[in-house]
Amino acid sequence: MSQHNDSAKFLVGVYDDDEVVLKAVTEVKSAGVRIHEVYTPFPIHGLDVALGHPRTRIGIAAFLFGLTGFLCMVALTYYTMGYDWPMIIGGKDHYAYPAYIPVMFEFTVLFTALGMVGTFLISNGLGPTTKPLMFDLRSTDNKFVMAIDLSKNKQSETEIASVLRASGAAEVNVKQF
Amino acid sequence: MAHTHSIPSVDEQFEFTAESKRNLTIGIVAGVVLVGIGAFLAAKGVGGHEHAAATHGAAAHGHEAAHGAAAAEGHHYKWTTRLWANVWVNSVYFLGASVIGMFFIAYNYLAQAGWSAVFKRVPEALPAFLPVIGVVMLITFFVAGHDLFHWTHEGLYEVGGPEYDPIIAGKKGFLNTPFFVIRLVIYFVAWYWLWRVVRNYSLKEDLEGGTEYYEKSIKYGTAFLVVFAVTSSTSAWDLVMSIDTHWFSTMFGWYTLASWHVTGLAIITLIIVNLKEKGLLKAVNASHLHDLGKFMFAFSIFWAYVWFAQFMLIYYANLPEETIYYRERFSGYGGIYKAPFFINLLLCFVFPFLVLMTRDAKRTPIILKIACWGIIVGHYFDFYTNIMPGTVGEHGGFGPIEFGMILIFACAFIWSVSTQLAKANLIPKNHPMLEESLHHDI
Repeated sequence: MSQHNDSAKFLVGVYDDDEVVLKAVTEVKSAGVRIHEVYTPFPIHGLDVALGHPRTRIGIAAFLFGLTGFLCMVALTYYTMGYDWPMIIGGKDHYAYPAYIPVMFEFTVLFTALGMVGTFLISNGLGPTTKPLMFDLRSTDNKFVMAIDLSKNKQSETEIASVLRASGAAEVNVKQF
Repeated sequence: MAHTHSIPSVDEQFEFTAESKRNLTIGIVAGVVLVGIGAFLAAKGVGGHEHAAATHGAAAHGHEAAHGAAAAEGHHYKWTTRLWANVWVNSVYFLGASVIGMFFIAYNYLAQAGWSAVFKRVPEALPAFLPVIGVVMLITFFVAGHDLFHWTHEGLYEVGGPEYDPIIAGKKGFLNTPFFVIRLVIYFVAWYWLWRVVRNYSLKEDLEGGTEYYEKSIKYGTAFLVVFAVTSSTSAWDLVMSIDTHWFSTMFGWYTLASWHVTGLAIITLIIVNLKEKGLLKAVNASHLHDLGKFMFAFSIFWAYVWFAQFMLIYYANLPEETIYYRERFSGYGGIYKAPFFINLLLCFVFPFLVLMTRDAKRTPIILKIACWGIIVGHYFDFYTNIMPGTVGEHGGFGPIEFGMILIFACAFIWSVSTQLAKANLIPKNHPMLEESLHHDI
């Protein structure tokens, strides 16, 4: 996601209110400006739709992680208890699968959970060596921050700045990485 | 998109039309005719193809099948038992469907949930059927209690008598006719009364407004949850588990509650989707449906979890007095309960799990409807497999009696719900959380 070259230059609109930033997204987009991302202290309903984000595929990822975990345990229990060293326990069949359902279930959950943590770190560029883009620290407190990648927009810096101000931004800053 | 959608009017009146009354009457009459045909065939001893298969199988598993509940038939089997057993299965099923309406209302009040306010009238309409079920159950118990409940036989408690059963005699403090009837009456009076109170507050709130009735409803809803926490388990023991008198499971209360709950949720969702298709409940948006779908999805998994927790321990411990329960259902009585047993698992877990998994499925009314029907039918089989082996054993099966009885109960239930829905504005106009519910967006 956070693919950027070292000299990326961003315009950062800082808003005071969630309602304002939600409306601003539509206004800025209709002015033909491409928005890099909006950062808010709390989730705003409808913001993802307004930004036009594609539907998340996180559910598919979760399903596949879960399926992997499930199949791993099916394979392990079958290999150990049914194939490699079959044993009769409690008068049951060699491969008494109801007994292994708990461990299959737990591994489905474990693989999904760990897989989702990994997916989160990778898709948000939060790996151990990556440096996250921080446009304005106040977006973790009480400000709503809209970042615009200047290299991805045809308009000039001043034009975009005036669009941002017109949409209700309290400040417009320049951020260089 | 909370800020872009427009909120439709909240003034909506459901009409219980003469046409639907006529259809329901036809349904009930058809059910009565089917039951009549089935009863006639059963009385004449026809329709014994299940019987023939059963005797064959029973010979193979003779000693297991004859044990436990089947021993109740030491007194010879009467064909009316199947009739009453069917009444009992449907009573237990629709008892759950009714009482879960109140359960849903109660925990939504306790959680001060906002999202459910807009369709609150639908779960609120369900428990009105409780008195009917209560009366039917009491009549059934007095008329056919001896055939359905092995523990009602006096001889079991006579020390030294030919039928003396020390295990059942040890349960006499709980399982005796007076206490059973008292409990049954307490369940229905307590559930119905608490629902009546909350329902009246809700209707008054429509006229007068204010938050006074909301606050009071929270109190009574919480009282119901306290009552239901105990009575949901004890009623499950009384109404279902005591049929297999020797057998017991500590999971059974939860298991039955899970089954009732997900059935109730499916019925609530189905009613909402149907009302929407009729052009009512316009304020119910895709997010409400999505949440109802999640509810059904989650509690189908919960049901399967409890089902498996009960099965797993019995399977692994392998104690004969416990495994007999699954043995009867899995291979006993000529294997006639094997199909319902697996249909139950398939329709109550695998089917909703796969169908309701994606976000789009939960937001698409037609897919929701299909999942609802799967759950509703599946849980009928749940109670069928719980009740039938212990009551009719090898004489069970699917014939006109079963279908007719379902038809009678279902039509009567729909009648009761429709009457209640028609009594008030379909959306609680002055509910304090209504505004939040109208803007529900996930």
